[in-house]
Amino acid sequence: MAYSEKVLDHYENPRNVGTFAKDEGEDVGTGLVGAPACGDVMRLQIKVKDGRIADAKFKTFGCGSAIASSSLATEMIKGMTLDQAAEIKNTQIVEELNLPPVKIHCSVLAEDAIKAAIEDYKKKQSSR
Amino acid sequence: MSEVKLPIFMDNHSTTPVDPRVLEAMLPFFTQHFGNAASRNHVFGWTAEAAVENARNQVAALIGGDGKEIVWTSGATEANNLALKGAASFYKKQGNHIITVETEHKSVLDTCKRLQREGYEVTYLTPQKDGIVTPEMVTAAMTDKTLLVSIMLANNEIGVVQDVNALGAAIKAKNPKTLFHIDAVQGAGKVPFDVNAAKADLVAVTAHKMYGPKGIGALWVRRKPRIRIDPQIDGGGHERGMRSGTLPVPLIVGFGKAAAIAKEEMAGEAIRLTALRERLYRGITSRLPETYVNGSLEPGRRLPGNLNISFAFVEGESLLMALKDVAVSSGSACTSASLEPSYVLRALGVGDELAHTSIRFGIGRFNTEAEIDYVIDLVVKSVERLRQLSPLWEMHQEGIDINSIQWTPH
Repeated sequence: MAYSEKVLDHYENPRNVGTFAKDEGEDVGTGLVGAPACGDVMRLQIKVKDGRIADAKFKTFGCGSAIASSSLATEMIKGMTLDQAAEIKNTQIVEELNLPPVKIHCSVLAEDAIKAAIEDYKKKQSSR
Repeated sequence: MSEVKLPIFMDNHSTTPVDPRVLEAMLPFFTQHFGNAASRNHVFGWTAEAAVENARNQVAALIGGDGKEIVWTSGATEANNLALKGAASFYKKQGNHIITVETEHKSVLDTCKRLQREGYEVTYLTPQKDGIVTPEMVTAAMTDKTLLVSIMLANNEIGVVQDVNALGAAIKAKNPKTLFHIDAVQGAGKVPFDVNAAKADLVAVTAHKMYGPKGIGALWVRRKPRIRIDPQIDGGGHERGMRSGTLPVPLIVGFGKAAAIAKEEMAGEAIRLTALRERLYRGITSRLPETYVNGSLEPGRRLPGNLNISFAFVEGESLLMALKDVAVSSGSACTSASLEPSYVLRALGVGDELAHTSIRFGIGRFNTEAEIDYVIDLVVKSVERLRQLSPLWEMHQEGIDINSIQWTPH
């Protein structure tokens, strides 16, 4: 299985790797999806300011395509409103990275991670 | 450090490069001595036949058998198919029960599944955590309907070597008529093995795992006492009726030469490969925490060149990507077309998480100490980098018990 150039690029130079500090918690939404038993775990965080995603970070336990999918996801959502980010479809990730059929589920997980982060942020806001 | 040529091949359980001495032995049989070994009436045929008979003796000698007991096949997959289907069919009046092990190669497991569909009963034994199958496990499963037991000499994923002599003795003591089939693909030429010491009846071997060419294997079929099998391929009656088809003379010559070299060099090579494996093991485990070896490391119980390690919190395929220019393999689901993690690791009770993080190193004849050192450095750097990207590693560092989290599997 040869890897696409885009996947290799994200893998070698992943964008936005990391974790937001705990004291920034109020403006941060965290999505944790997948399971170690499946070999795929993505944690995607969004920092929201004035209704827009000002910054995003991720960490992933998974194959090259999973790492690339989550790295690309953080790139895509920066600057978007929460509603715009929630519209992102996994197919956009598949197209951008040229993912083969057997790796499509990685993009689905990335889409789930975005949605989970948004939901977590909204939950925090409503309980404030 | 001396020069290392990239890419490095350290996946010798999947296949091996052809030894230059083997290639040299094969070449004349493509354009010079190209006769059909079955042509009885001219020198082209006689020359080819003589070369084939010589190779028969060489392969048989490696496993302690007689040249007349060798049946050439296209590889070990065919040899295993022939052994199981051929014996099950010929001896069906003796019984309909077969015993094998969950960690066998697919060529054995899938053939057993087919036999089940045809009405045979198959018991799949679960090995111990270290991969070993004990004689007690086998005899406990044997009934008076058991016609065959199939156990591999050495496992391709975790390198565990079975005590086939003890297994054979136990099987024959319980029922001398039960056949003992051994898939010796990974072990032949690497660990001492003798068909008579093991009381084996059918043994499969292949050339491309011992620095010979791909496309040629053999099924050793005992003649004293005479074991019979129904052929699976008809047409001409070659190989005493057991496997029809024109013999691929150059490949056979190569197989013979590879077997002869293996017999000669096996002891010395085992010492050298074990030392390289130890170096790799110590180099990696001394610099990285949270690593687990899959399978037994006890002397005599593991193939000299095999090392299978799980690197916790780092997924196998992403690690393979990081180890570019080094060829190894992984038990991770992501590396298989079916997206299932290694069934061998699963059978050993290695949890799915660790199966996803496993890497198999297969050190071989042409690997050097410099290559081992290069690989150690690259593995350590890559695991450290990927752990920086891993949310699980971060949680572990913070003392969070990963098993306590409610995951949402997809």
